[in-house]
Amino acid sequence: MTIKEITDALEFTVYTEGDGLGSNVSGGYVSDLLSDVMAHSKEGELWVTLQSHVNVVAIASLKELSAIVLVKGIVPDADVIRKATEEGIPLLGTDGGTFDTAGKLFQILND
Amino acid sequence: MNTYRADLHIHSVLSPCGDLEMSPGNIVEEAARKDLDIIAVTDHNHTGHARLTRELGARRGIWVVYGAEICTREEVHCLTFFDTNEQLGTFQVLLEEGLPEIPNDAAKLGFQVIVDEEEQILEEIGHTLYPGVKWEIGEASRIVHELGGLFLPAHVDRPMNGLYAQLGVWPEGLDVDGVEVSRKCTREDAVKDHPELERVTVIRNSDAHFLADIGQCYSRFLMERRDFSEFSLAMKGEKGRAVLA
Repeated sequence: MTIKEITDALEFTVYTEGDGLGSNVSGGYVSDLLSDVMAHSKEGELWVTLQSHVNVVAIASLKELSAIVLVKGIVPDADVIRKATEEGIPLLGTDGGTFDTAGKLFQILND
Repeated sequence: MNTYRADLHIHSVLSPCGDLEMSPGNIVEEAARKDLDIIAVTDHNHTGHARLTRELGARRGIWVVYGAEICTREEVHCLTFFDTNEQLGTFQVLLEEGLPEIPNDAAKLGFQVIVDEEEQILEEIGHTLYPGVKWEIGEASRIVHELGGLFLPAHVDRPMNGLYAQLGVWPEGLDVDGVEVSRKCTREDAVKDHPELERVTVIRNSDAHFLADIGQCYSRFLMERRDFSEFSLAMKGEKGRAVLA
């Protein structure tokens, strides 16, 4: 399933498309500790988090994650959006909380 | 040049996790017993015991730096240090604006009280001091520096609330005056794990929550005399001043 299909189905906000929403999502990872994401996330996963520090982009890029989803309506600062655009990482958002968002993602990815 | 023993991370009874014995009076007496020359009471997101500790410290020949251990939006703990009453007062107002008002359940989270010299309770802080303030870490650093204070991420080696745990890697362009490593860690170990710290001043403190822990770990400050300008120079490693962790 592509980022575009997920974004449309779950009505995510798109802060930046990065290198585009066409790539495939291999799974999901949920964590707000960036060191944990660094250690345990896998390439192609969609990352659900409430952290909006600019370092989320660096970690997503390092781990070649497919996209970042910010929960609870958290709006990233302009420099975070700029960095995500530069690094080619799609930066998405939702008003939903982490639990609901992860649940919906799990369902849609395993249908 | 003189060498001063400094323990710059001590929690008083105002911190929810600080032992009830940790009154400014007891902290100063314990610091004197441990031959410390400089201390800072760094409570979570509050500076309420700074002034009294400085007054009591002065009587025992201990220089007390004003400070607090703040928690940023990313839940990175950072030490902040200030010199004047004006800086401290302004910072306290900003902290109160920056902290979400979540009622404190003292039985579960711990008591948060400001006491006087006789250990009489003057005020109980009604909202919990644990949460992150609304400032992103870079913004927190800017706020502290604009006031003329010093800003150091605390216990950066710790698996929770340390900078690397919360943020994974060093944030590009973050302006710090040094970093603290926990007493279980050394400067050498920290640099081994994070080579970028080679260029950064490293301090070590007790992070005491109980009287007996005060001074169990400290840093030595090499400087001319005990004042904030010398302290800042030592942190920056300028003009022959230095910190020996």
